Amino acid sequence: MSILRSSLLVAGKDLRIERRSRVAMQQVLPFGAIVLVLFAFALDPDRGLLSRVAPGLFWTAVLLAALLAVGRAFAVEEGNAARDGLRLSGLDGIAIFFGKAVAIVVELAVLEVVLGLGVVVLYDVEVHGLLLIVAAAIPATIGLAATGTVYGVLGLGVRARETLVPLLVLPAVTPVMLGGTQAFDAALDGRPGDGWPWVQLLWAFALLVVTLGALAFGPLLEES
Amino acid sequence: MRVPSRVISLQSAVCLLGRFPALAGADLEVNAGDVVLLAGPNGAGKTTLLRLCAGLLAVRSGRAVVLGHDLASDRRAVRRSVGMVGHETFAYDDLTVSENVRFATRAAGRTREDADAAIVRVGLAELTGVAHGRLSQGQRRRLSLAIALARDPRLLLLDEPHAGLDAEGRAVVDDVMANAPTEGRTVLIASHEVDLARRFATREVAIVAGRAYEGRTAVAKVEPLMKVSP
Repeated sequence: MSILRSSLLVAGKDLRIERRSRVAMQQVLPFGAIVLVLFAFALDPDRGLLSRVAPGLFWTAVLLAALLAVGRAFAVEEGNAARDGLRLSGLDGIAIFFGKAVAIVVELAVLEVVLGLGVVVLYDVEVHGLLLIVAAAIPATIGLAATGTVYGVLGLGVRARETLVPLLVLPAVTPVMLGGTQAFDAALDGRPGDGWPWVQLLWAFALLVVTLGALAFGPLLEES
Repeated sequence: MRVPSRVISLQSAVCLLGRFPALAGADLEVNAGDVVLLAGPNGAGKTTLLRLCAGLLAVRSGRAVVLGHDLASDRRAVRRSVGMVGHETFAYDDLTVSENVRFATRAAGRTREDADAAIVRVGLAELTGVAHGRLSQGQRRRLSLAIALARDPRLLLLDEPHAGLDAEGRAVVDDVMANAPTEGRTVLIASHEVDLARRFATREVAIVAGRAYEGRTAVAKVEPLMKVSP
């Protein structure tokens, strides 16, 4: 079976599990929304400040919710030793990496749309530069998902997985936080020219993590 | 796929679980079509031996060749031709019987018909739309067997295959073991219920302290250590 078909098989399996269990809809999404609301409460006295820092708050909320999505993506492999079933399947480690990352990308994309709407409503943000926003969100999401997938498999079989994975992922996705925030800030501020270099940084990071992840995932799954 | 006449060849195979040598220099030769009963007390290394042969564990020293592939260098190739029923089902709670079997079947490059046939064979045809998490323990064991069979494995590894099954489930397992040689399968059965598995075994091997001892006499020596409490 080709890498592409194997990846789609794994992605389809993960998304079907999420649709069935509704963890993403009933826990991850509300968690992200609650983070946004908490920021609104914390900074409410200065409504202007909220809209100014909205890009950073948006990516912080996405990142925190993404940690739950990544944890969930690998928690399903722990039950019933499904991880061994995945290894026994004979699927290529690269295909499993891409499959799991694609499923996380889809979940994060939905999350980002909902949280984006939340930011507009709660933080009173006027949307400008939608093209730049989408162009930045795509590599940022890929970078987040790929990083989470690599560290997610690293945490498989580790007792303290729930605390270890965030500890590893958060510093690693600093480029996403930085690039995403700066690109969104430039777009909303009507300075799209300042945002495109950050999109380039986000693509560079995404490609780097995807390449390293594809190479490392198989051996990490073997050692888990 | 052409199956070599020597399906398993272990030479002084050592396998560690953490720092503990779960296999401590095991020697075992299994030929195509053999149905081998592995008997031994808890912690003797039966499950470790099965997991090693499935390509799920690495061999620390010695040599292990399964289905013509050296486990030191090509464990993935072994996994493609192996079916395993273990203590766990290797299935996803939120997927249905049908979805679990089809996922494993498609991953192995086989067809939906293979998946459906395996489900029928283990007697779960009425439960295809039921999620794994809602199945009884015995039904889960049958699903695990269906996942293994749907891949049409040349080597079938059964760990306590009768455990948790009712009479109907045991009959399904018995049918699989009885027909394995005619279906071109080699089978390793690790079981505490020696008398049940012995009916289909062409060979018996005792596993003691991570080593393998061939023959019924060796198994007879370990049987008193394996008696299940009433």
